[in-house]
Amino acid sequence: MVNNDTSTSSATERRASEFAGTIVPERLAEPVEPQVRRNIAKVSRRDIMVGLGSVLSAVSTTMLIFGRLTPLRGRIGFVVVAFAIYLVIYALLVSLTEDRPAVIDRVMSALFTAAAVVAGAALVSVVGFTLWRGRSALLKPNLYTQDMSTTGPLDPLGKGGILHAIVGSLIIVGLALVVTVPLGLACAVFLNETRSRMRSTVRSVVTAMTALPSILAGLFVFAVWVLILGFQRSGLAAAIAISIMMLPIIVRSAEVVLRLVPGNLREASEATGAPQWRTVWFVVLPTARSGLVNAVILGVARGVGETAPVLLVSGVTSTINSNPRANPMMSLPLAVFEFVRSPQQALIQRGFATAAVLMVLVLVLFTVARMFAGRPVGRQSKRQARRTARHSAKDLQRIDALTGGHTS
Amino acid sequence: MAAVGLFLSIEAFDAFRSEGFRFFTQTAWQPDRRVFGVAAVLLFTVLIALIAVAIALPLAMGTALFIVEVVPGWLRSTFIAIVDLMAAVPSVVYGLWGLFFLQGQVIGLSRWLTTWLGWFPLFSVSGDDPTSPMSSGTVYTASTFIAGIVVSMMVMPIACSVMREVFSQVPPGEREGAFALGSTRWGMIRTVTLPFGRGGIIGGTMLGLGRALGETIAVYLIISPRFDINFHVLENGSNSVSSLIALRTPEASGFGLSALMAAGLTLFAMTLVVNFVASIFVARSRSGAGSEA
Repeated sequence: MVNNDTSTSSATERRASEFAGTIVPERLAEPVEPQVRRNIAKVSRRDIMVGLGSVLSAVSTTMLIFGRLTPLRGRIGFVVVAFAIYLVIYALLVSLTEDRPAVIDRVMSALFTAAAVVAGAALVSVVGFTLWRGRSALLKPNLYTQDMSTTGPLDPLGKGGILHAIVGSLIIVGLALVVTVPLGLACAVFLNETRSRMRSTVRSVVTAMTALPSILAGLFVFAVWVLILGFQRSGLAAAIAISIMMLPIIVRSAEVVLRLVPGNLREASEATGAPQWRTVWFVVLPTARSGLVNAVILGVARGVGETAPVLLVSGVTSTINSNPRANPMMSLPLAVFEFVRSPQQALIQRGFATAAVLMVLVLVLFTVARMFAGRPVGRQSKRQARRTARHSAKDLQRIDALTGGHTS
Repeated sequence: MAAVGLFLSIEAFDAFRSEGFRFFTQTAWQPDRRVFGVAAVLLFTVLIALIAVAIALPLAMGTALFIVEVVPGWLRSTFIAIVDLMAAVPSVVYGLWGLFFLQGQVIGLSRWLTTWLGWFPLFSVSGDDPTSPMSSGTVYTASTFIAGIVVSMMVMPIACSVMREVFSQVPPGEREGAFALGSTRWGMIRTVTLPFGRGGIIGGTMLGLGRALGETIAVYLIISPRFDINFHVLENGSNSVSSLIALRTPEASGFGLSALMAAGLTLFAMTLVVNFVASIFVARSRSGAGSEA
């Protein structure tokens, strides 16, 4: 192939000087061998061996350093030193076969992976530690069926429970939902469906609300509700404070979902002469239903775990209180907080068990939200599709009856 | 929103009139003796937030790049779920974790830092000689450093999800162009992803900073409050505006409440400014354009 090179280029030049037109390069004399497609995505055996070898030698070197050479100790230090040694050895091994950019690439990838692993490890450690420390209290059924009204701080775990906090949390979040769902959806529809000038103002207010420190929501409700209006601390006040925290989350995620509703659905509805509110009510909102449910669940997951606003306005009690308008009302995060502030081991264990209940609740809500979010906007489930088909058939009958069957 | 600012200002008026500008320079907090100021509290708040961001920023960037560029497709949704779940865990649970689990692990690290980096004022600790075999770990407990680490765990997922959004919007044409020119993955990230996502990185960090400034319960559980100017972040005792409010509001009355409202107003103004700057960065950058439209 190389031999042909000079003659080909000179031939091309000659032809270019003769006439200015399209220049067709001459065929090479020898046929080119068909190229084998290289698999660039596959991890080769060498890569795996290099990785494993670096890990092994890093761990053993670190054990040598910690056990024999220096008086270092501690788990965090061990992991950090081992990782640093791993990086060095890995870079060395890779540099045996690769050039400098490839070595840097591998080392940076290892660093990114390490960051993600640290994040995962932190989550596992938070969840695992809470469940582990709360295990003895979690397994007692009375935790879920009794309140703390007759239980002293020295009583064993077999007595007393957190029913009052569970009931309180349900009531507070339920009340907050009554406020935030209509308001939040209305805000999202306003932001997405109207062309009003106020939109940018509303959007920046919502953004600023997202950033409001939770303790300030509590302080605000405390100032207005308790100091200025003169009501006592109650579940209702807590619900208002929680609403302030939940509203921006619901608005923002609902707005994102509404934006995904296909424009041609809206246009089809408006083409049939429907006014805007009918378009929103019968087309946009049903289309985005699963995403909106997801938005509300995210709001609930945030609201149920908020401690700081509730701390100031709901008051602390150890009995079940189902009246949100009067008397203090307990909630799950507040119960955790009160339990772990005590020095008694039994109470601290109860605190961990309560935290585990709260965390499992939030995780379940989150999983449900992800299941809803998995379905794209506008795609119907089987049952919804059947219902739509039934409605369409009924409409067709109705139209047939009116027109005497001409349309079908 | 306006109502929050308005009512806080009304309630705080008394305190501001009584102290004037001294409110920002005094360190003690004794409203009943009419001697109070946010200087120390504010300093600790900022220190905790800075430590949190300093830890969370590399973690969040690494995780975001890992999710967008490195991880194989079938694992990607798992890691996105992990980050989302970290954001969803209630802050009181993080507080428990920090108080009962992390504190014991970090004391050794604090001792090591002050032994070897103690010449740097930030890491020096008064009242303990780390070389003495008799020294106990108590002087390192309940410190600004530990509170900062715990808050960083809460800040990380927020910053990470903003960065992930922005990084995943990098135009595929530019990415593939870099690869076609023979770039490695890191070369592509350095020349395409990071410059494109600069606004998202800054904005996400600022959002995290705003969250870190306002974090209450976890900080409250970990620190033991103190009211003096102290830059020794590894040392026992710290404070923050929000935990001050949580600590004193239930027992405060009249004028004391007004002083707390003034502190709350200061925090409110600070977070508002931080978040405003963050939204400007996100909106101005090339990367923000796609996410808002």
